[in-house]
This record gives sequence, C-alpha cells and structure tokens, in this order.
Amino acid sequence: MPRWGMVIDLDRCTGCRGCVVACKAENNIPLSSPKLAEENRVISWMTVMSFRGGEGKPEERLELMPRPCMQCDKPPCVKVCPVGATYRDPEGLVAQIYHRCIGCRYCANNCPYTVKSFNYYTPEWPTELEACLNPSVTPRMKGVIEKCTFCHHRLQEKREEARAEGRPLADGEYVPACVEICQARAMSFGDLDDPNSEVSRLGKSSRAQRLLEDLGTEPKVVYLTREV
Amino acid sequence: MSGHDSGLGRDEILLEPVLVWGKGFWRTVAVLLLVIGWALFAWSHQLRTGLGVTGLNGPVVWGFYITNFVFFIGISHAGTLISAILRLCRAEWRRSITRAAEVITVMVIFFGVGNVLLDLGRPERALNVIFHARLNSPLLWDVISISTYLTGSTIYLWLPLIPDAAILRDRCPRRRWFYRIIAAGWEGTPRQHKILDRSISIMAIIVLPIAISVHTVVSWVFAMTIQPFWHSTIFGIFFVAGAIFSGIAAIIIAMAIIRKAYKLEDYLRPVHFNYLGMLMLVMSLFWAYFIVSEHLTAYYGAEPAHMAIFWEKMTGRFAFPFWLMVVTNFVIPVAILSRAKTRTVLGTVIASISVEIGMWLERFTIVVPTLVNPRLPYPRGAYLPSWVEISLMGGCFAGFILCYVLFTKLFPIVSIWEVREGREVGVRETTERVASYLPTA
Repeated sequence: MPRWGMVIDLDRCTGCRGCVVACKAENNIPLSSPKLAEENRVISWMTVMSFRGGEGKPEERLELMPRPCMQCDKPPCVKVCPVGATYRDPEGLVAQIYHRCIGCRYCANNCPYTVKSFNYYTPEWPTELEACLNPSVTPRMKGVIEKCTFCHHRLQEKREEARAEGRPLADGEYVPACVEICQARAMSFGDLDDPNSEVSRLGKSSRAQRLLEDLGTEPKVVYLTREV
Repeated sequence: MSGHDSGLGRDEILLEPVLVWGKGFWRTVAVLLLVIGWALFAWSHQLRTGLGVTGLNGPVVWGFYITNFVFFIGISHAGTLISAILRLCRAEWRRSITRAAEVITVMVIFFGVGNVLLDLGRPERALNVIFHARLNSPLLWDVISISTYLTGSTIYLWLPLIPDAAILRDRCPRRRWFYRIIAAGWEGTPRQHKILDRSISIMAIIVLPIAISVHTVVSWVFAMTIQPFWHSTIFGIFFVAGAIFSGIAAIIIAMAIIRKAYKLEDYLRPVHFNYLGMLMLVMSLFWAYFIVSEHLTAYYGAEPAHMAIFWEKMTGRFAFPFWLMVVTNFVIPVAILSRAKTRTVLGTVIASISVEIGMWLERFTIVVPTLVNPRLPYPRGAYLPSWVEISLMGGCFAGFILCYVLFTKLFPIVSIWEVREGREVGVRETTERVASYLPTA
C-alpha cells in the first residue's frame, strides 16, 4: 500500500504563492477578505510562511516555507478528536469528516504545525464564482474544522482512471494541485515507500529534513534545506 | 431526633425562606432574568452567525468559554469534596455549612458543561460524542467523569435532604407532591436513620475519588496535548488544588450572602468563616508552590517554545493578568488570612472575592498564552473577548446564582436535622471522643 508524501525543495521555492492560489481554487476554499484578514480568520490549507532566520546575525535572511498539512504518520490531531471526525486512512492520509465534526477545535490545538482552519462563518463566494466550485470537493459549513487533504479526491479520480484502463497508477500521476502548479518545480509528490519514486529518491538527500521532527509526529512532508 | 414533629423550636427560622417568598426574592429573580435574557440574545446571535462573533481567531481557538468551563468545574469542587472531607473527619463544625456547599457543586456543573456547548462550532451535533465516541480523546474522558460526578454529587446532595424534605412535606401545603417525592417516604424511624447515615458515609467515600478525577481529567485536556506549557505532569494536582481553593472561596461568599439575606448569623457563625479561612490559607500556599514549580522548571529548561510563553506571561501581553493573578491568589489572601485578627467574616469574604478573580485569571493565563504562541514561526496570535463572550459569561453567572437562590427557596439551606443532631448527639459524642483520647487513670 502506498504511503503518500511530498518533498519541498526550499532552494527552488521563489515564494510566488502559486500553490496557495491553486489550492484555494481546487478545494473550494472561500475567498479571503480584508475583514477576515484583519480578524486573523483567513482559511488557507497551504500557507507560505515567511520569517527571518538567524535574526541579528550575519547569516540573517528571509526564509520562505510552503506549509501544507504534514499528514503525520502519528498525527496528534487524530488522537484528541472525541468523535473520530479526523482520522488517518490506510494510505497515511489524514482526513476530515466535515459532517461529523462538532467544532470543538481540540485538533487545532494539538497540531504543532498550526495547519487546521476553523469556519468562523458560513463560507461565501461571489455569485460568479459559485458556478466554478470544484464538484469533486465537499464545501464546508460554518463551525467545522478543515485542512489540507493532499487533494485526496484527485487520488480517487486517478485511481478510477487507471483501473478503467487496467493498469497500475504511475508515479507522478496523482499529485495535489499545489504540486501541479509549482512553476519553480520546488515540490514533488508520490509514494514514499516506493524505492523508485521521485519523492523517495529526493528523500534520501542529505538536505532532507522534516519539521519539528523531535516531536515524534513522523510528518510525510520532507523539506530540502537551502544550500546557499 | 424524632423525624418530623411539627415544632422546630428555635430552628424555625431555617424554614422561613422556604415558607415566605418575599419582595426581595422576586426583585433578585427579576434582575437575574434580565441578565440571562440578554445572554440568550447574545447566544442566538452566535448561533445564527457562527463563532465569528467571538474574539477567537487563527491559532487562538479557545478563549473565554473554555476558561469559564475550567473555572466553573473548579468551583464545583466546593461542595461535594469539602463537605465529604469534613463529614469523614467528623468535623462537628460542618453541620450548618455542608448543604450550602453541596448545592454549589450540583448547580455549577451545569454551567461548566454549558460553556463547552457554547464553545462548540456545531452544538447540535454534541451527541456525536456518544454516537461516534472515541475513547482516545481526553474530551471523552471529561464527558464520562463529569457525568459521573454530576450523578454522584446529586445523590450526595439528595440523601441529607430527605429528612428536611419530610419536614416540608408535613408542614408546607404548597408543593406537597414535590416534597413527597424528595422525602422518599421518610418517617424518621431509627432504622431509616441508620440506613441514611450509612448511605451518606458510603456516598462521601465514593464522591471523593470521583471529585479528584474530575479536575484531573479537566487538566488532562490540556496536559495530554504536546503544546508548550500545557504538556505538563504537574497539571493534574495543580488543577485539583486550584479547584478546592476556588471552591472554598465560593462557599465563603455564598455563606456570607445567605446569613445576611436570611438572618442566619446564629447558624453561619464567625467560627465557620475562621475555619474555612484557614483552609483557604493552606490552599493559597499550595497554589503559590505549584505556580513557582511550574514556571521555574520551564524557565530553567529554557526551550524556545516554552520561553516565548514564559516571557509573554512575565513581561509581555499577559503580564497584567498574570501578576494580578499572583496578587489576588497569593498576596491578598495570605495577608488577610494569616492573621487571626483579620480572619473575620468580612476579611474572609474579601479574600474569597480576591481568590475567585485570581483563579479565573489563572484559568485564562493557562488557556490563552499557549495558543497565541504556536511553535512554528507563524504570525503570533492575539485575543480579545467580544461582547458576546462577555455577555454569555455574565449570563452563566446569573444563571448559576438564580438556580442557587431558587434552591434556597425550595429547601432549607442549612440542614435542620443535622444541626439538631449536633445538639442532641454531636455534643455528647464529641465529649466522649475527646475523653477517650486521654489516659483513664
């Protein structure tokens, strides 16, 4: 069984935020607004964190880090959910059941990567955009938690296609929207357990690192640190 | 100690609030209903719009509601725990205060649980915690321990109420059907007395571990996470101690109001305030010990994620609530309660109000500073409660007070039969007990 994972090369990331926009369009994430931004309630499954590394030292510089859900193999959010509305599926994807979520936000508290977003309001789109919603993705309702799913609706679609054609799913066939859009080719996606996949090859690099690894969450997003 | 002869003699005054519902009572009810009405309006606004009407945001997903939940459940340790300890220790001075304490427990639990419901994004799905229960979540442990506690402390409140309900059944023409149910066929026979004494002792023993488990589990909601300053083994005992601390303060305040409003100065005497004040002093010192341990270990270890929160509390945005908490939980109560001269009714009441403010601030400075400082270099959060959260907090306090006042109008708030038992049996038993400590020769 595959174990889906992502590799993000920080040397290549230009901080263009194409991934953020692609993710919003793909996953029916409501548009942000100045009001939401001011309230700090913008929903974004993919965020490009920018912060100063090595502040006050000669090596000080601006760091950019795209941050999707880490899809932990030992997800702290799943442990604390009282109703099983967030769970880890057999292929390692951490998923949400929006119609079961009671909105207690305990999972959001226990996520060390702060990737969970809460629907403080009923999501709304301009009328013109409502016709453009992605039919493969459930829109959320007010009062529930949501987060990056590694676009797992795409996995279902690609797997159906492959099955119809009677062939196995090829490496790089199923990729999330953020990976597909990345102009700098900073992101790759695939089966971490397949020794021939691009992600498992890149994952062997001496630059490979995972975020807050010492917490034992075993994230499946691998970062290649900057060389220069 | 005959069960229900109609003449209560000098204890007649204890029935008065039940038999006469005066103007003062209705005025109090009216004011409380106004506050509750406003809170209901705020709540309906929140239900329609979503939690966007609160001050919660980005990383700060818990705020006033969860603070109030922990605070109210803490207060609930007033009754059952303290009254059970005093009963088991045969502390004779407990007799006129146990019921006032036990009622706090039962009433306040509803508002503790209520705050969790206010906090839910989808309150109509709350029963999913039963239909889709996942035992691995500390929130579910809470559901189990709090409902057990509510059941246990309701029984523990009801048992000592039986003989007094029988008095009302025989004396009060109104609501007789109601008192008949509560009195459960009490006739005051020696056999019934024996069974009642037995049952109360057994319940006192049962509710003790349940009460301790409740606040431990509440603390585990935080401690089981991997968030800095929450993930701490000290939390269980720290929360239990804090709960007893704020619980004692709640009893003192309630007693002071009751003795004034119902002219029960002869039953709730300065000695009761003095003894409870000493208990509260001990808890204040414990509290200081815990707060120093918690912060010193974090400071000495100096992990960056911990230090961000540490400095936020010491000198940063939460310095005001933090240091106000130290003053109200430690400086003021210790200054007042460590001297016999100031351990008066007024002195203990001032200390208690101070402790309630301090313990609420303690819950607040546990919940929020951790959330505004997430581990990743994410933009820091901020939190200010909205008018909705403040209104609902006011509504919860008003609702609790209303429930309490109604109880005092339905039942004698000082246990009549236990006071009489103290006069008729307690004095003799205590004399004999003290005599038995001494050498016979």
